[in-house]
Order: sequence, then structure tokens, then C-alpha cells
Amino acid sequence: MNRQQLVDRIKAQFGDRVLEAVPDGLEPFVRVQAADWPALALFLRDQLGLDYLGCLTGIDRGKGQGLEAIYHLEKMDKDRLGIAVRIRVPYEAAEIPSVETVWRTADWHEREAWDLLGIRFTGHHNLVRILCAEDWEGHPLRKDYRSPDTYHGVKNNVV
Amino acid sequence: MSDPTLSELDLNNDSPLRDNILITQVDKLINWTRRSSVWPMTFGLACCAIEMMATGASSYDIDRFGAGPFRATPRQADLMIVAGTVSHKMAPRVKRLFDQMPEPKFVIAMGACTVSGGPYIKHGYHVLKGVDRIVPVDVYVPGCPPRPEALLEGLFRIQEKMERERILDRERKGARPKLLVE
Repeated sequence: MNRQQLVDRIKAQFGDRVLEAVPDGLEPFVRVQAADWPALALFLRDQLGLDYLGCLTGIDRGKGQGLEAIYHLEKMDKDRLGIAVRIRVPYEAAEIPSVETVWRTADWHEREAWDLLGIRFTGHHNLVRILCAEDWEGHPLRKDYRSPDTYHGVKNNVV
Repeated sequence: MSDPTLSELDLNNDSPLRDNILITQVDKLINWTRRSSVWPMTFGLACCAIEMMATGASSYDIDRFGAGPFRATPRQADLMIVAGTVSHKMAPRVKRLFDQMPEPKFVIAMGACTVSGGPYIKHGYHVLKGVDRIVPVDVYVPGCPPRPEALLEGLFRIQEKMERERILDRERKGARPKLLVE
């Protein structure tokens, strides 16, 4: 199987629900709605053999575009095929179904994306901050984030 | 033959007392032992820790100056070398470790991050802008990271401070640097 066949099989299975499919470039990717993600995830893992979630990236695309989660998947066989799944959600409803039960990697990575960008992964068993302190306010990698002037009485914005 | 009196002894030559009596001040003796065996706490927070390890390794060999035994507990340490970026999340732990050290205790702020926040000073939302906001810093060693020679120089400055300690000044009033308060 090559990249084109990989993307074609996803398109054959999900049809119109694949919003965008790019087989070339650095890494092929497909874009889907958040609601279609659990079904696609199981299809990718069980039918296409993408058994390794290498990384989960979160991005703030800015005003009018919302937040995006990118799942970098790989096949751990001689093909070494990889594909990315991109899911974009609006700020006011930043929710994506969790896939921590599909790939264990997603557990901590989803916590990180929640911590830094505020994407809520529904169904995650322990969606709490992983990098920032427990009582930190806001999500620091959002474009509109402003760091606190003080934290626990210690001045923070000094410049 | 009766024992000679003290005035009859020739202290400088063939006396049995020769080389067995030293006269000094208590402060000098204690400070000499103290500065000759500074025990730093193992305290690597970021990349500066690599230079600190290099300082302890054979090329630079901090053991030459008595500061070799890096202790894994604050209760046995005299010197806290804060080596690396202190995040807001880590800051309460740093403070607690400092509080757990027995007096007299000293702090070296190693590297730009611990001195002032360094490269994180403007956009590092999570970084403490200088460790002197939570613990009193005796010696600042700038650099990103400082070379081992610089850290050794910082240790010498600590040793100089130790030589000015006074045993009667148990509270160390005046010897303890102030916290940065803005």
C-alpha cells in the first residue's frame, strides 16, 4: 500500500465525510469533522493497520478558523506509511472525542492539548492539566492569551 | 628530673609540643573547615545542570575545592546551586528545599534563567523571572549556560563569603541577602 491507496481507502469508506484529502506533501493528511473521528480512528487502526499515534499536535489557527488538532499516525511495519488526521473545531465549541482508548499515546497528549490550547477531549478519563500548575488560569498557547501579572504573589510580567 | 615549666620550653625547636599546638580564632577555624567542604545540593533543573555536571567531572573537578559531594538531600547541603529554568510550578518546591537546608546556607543562581528569567523574560508565561524572588541569592553566575570556570568562580565567591561568617551571629543578620521585591 502506498500513500495514494491509503487516502483512497479512507475516501471509499467515509465518502463525503472526508472534508479534505491530500495524499502528497511532507505527510499525507485527511480532514474530518470532530463527530466522525471515533469511527475513523477505529477504521484507521483496525482496517488500515495504523497502530501507532506518534504525536498529537494542537494549533490555534486564529480568528475565524478556530482550533485544530492534528493526529500523526504511523504503520509500524516495513511500509512505514504515515498519515495525519486534522480536525478543526470553533473556539466556542472546542470539543473533540477522545481516542485514548484507541491509542494509549493519546492519553497524555490530549491532556497537553487541553492544558495549552483548551481543546476539550470528551470521554477522556482524566482530562486535567499536565504541564502548567493545577491552578493555572487560561490556556497559554491561545493567540489571545495574556500571561498573568502575578502568580501566587510573585510578579510575572516584568518587561 | 621534673617536668619543665612552659617558660623553660623551647617551643620552636625540639619541644614535644612543637607542631602540636596551633593558635587561631574560633571563627577562622570554623570558617576554614566550612569553606573547605562546601556540600552542594544536587539540583539540576534544565540545561545548566549539564555544565554543573561538567564542573563536577574530572576536567574541571570541583572536588579540588572541597565542593565535590553533591548531596541528594537538602538536610546535608550547605549550598544550593539553582541550575536551570525555574518554572512557576517548580518555584514552591525550590523554596521548600531551601527552607529545609540547615543554616548557614548559601545560594548560587546559575545561568540567565535563574538570574532574571533569561530568554523567557518577555514571553515565558510559565517562568519565574529570577529565583531571587523566592530565595535569597548570594552569588549570581550569568551565562547561557555559564562555563564550568564561571561556576567555579561563583563557588570561590561563596567561599569568600563563608570566611566572613561569625559564630556569634547565629541569626546571620546582615549576611543573608534580601529577596527581590518590586
